[in-house]
Amino acid sequence: MIEWAVNLAITVFAVAIILNLYRLAIGPDIVDRILALDTLMINSIALIVLFDIRLSLGILFEAAMLIALMGFVGTVAMTKYLLRGDVIE
Amino acid sequence: MSELIVSILLLTGAGFMILAAVGILRLPDLPTRMHASTKAGAMGAMMTMAGVAMHFADVVVFTRAFAIVIFILITAPIAAHVIGRAGYFLGTPLWEGTIKDELKDNYDERTHSLYSGFEPAPESVIPPTHKKRSEDDED
Repeated sequence: MIEWAVNLAITVFAVAIILNLYRLAIGPDIVDRILALDTLMINSIALIVLFDIRLSLGILFEAAMLIALMGFVGTVAMTKYLLRGDVIE
Repeated sequence: MSELIVSILLLTGAGFMILAAVGILRLPDLPTRMHASTKAGAMGAMMTMAGVAMHFADVVVFTRAFAIVIFILITAPIAAHVIGRAGYFLGTPLWEGTIKDELKDNYDERTHSLYSGFEPAPESVIPPTHKKRSEDDED
């Protein structure tokens, strides 16, 4: 039962990532693309920990943590760049 | 029993995440897309983390999953705030069915300052409507 649930959840996350990539490609404004990247970051965190269950490893949490950290810093840096023209003055 | 709870948590998290993705694809403008993606995305990630932590049932895994959940819970509102702020400052067009934009009359696009309508603003940042009303009061 757990394998079935994990496989279905991975499929659903893959479909969600494809929809987010479509918004990232067609987004009419650049802030929409930043929002799509932020949602892609959260999707990829969940997908990594699901692969952790799928492969029975239990060691992929550091990668998820690093992606969460870098995704947040990247979002803030991109909006700072849009508003000010530079990130670190 | 544990497998059932883990499966329900994982599938509910996946459902929230597909809701966020459909909302980010279908909704008409930036604030509504943010309304869909930030809340549902954080909720889906948190429920997936809870399911993974229950599946492994280990102190090390539980601590890391709890740290990731706390980090997402702290940073998701901040990311939503900076995205919405950048979108409004850059003049992203709102949906044509929008009926309320409370910042539009009280917000100065050049200086990025807000007016409540009651304060005596400094001379350099007084918007035209504000200045006209104060002159009428003096008369």
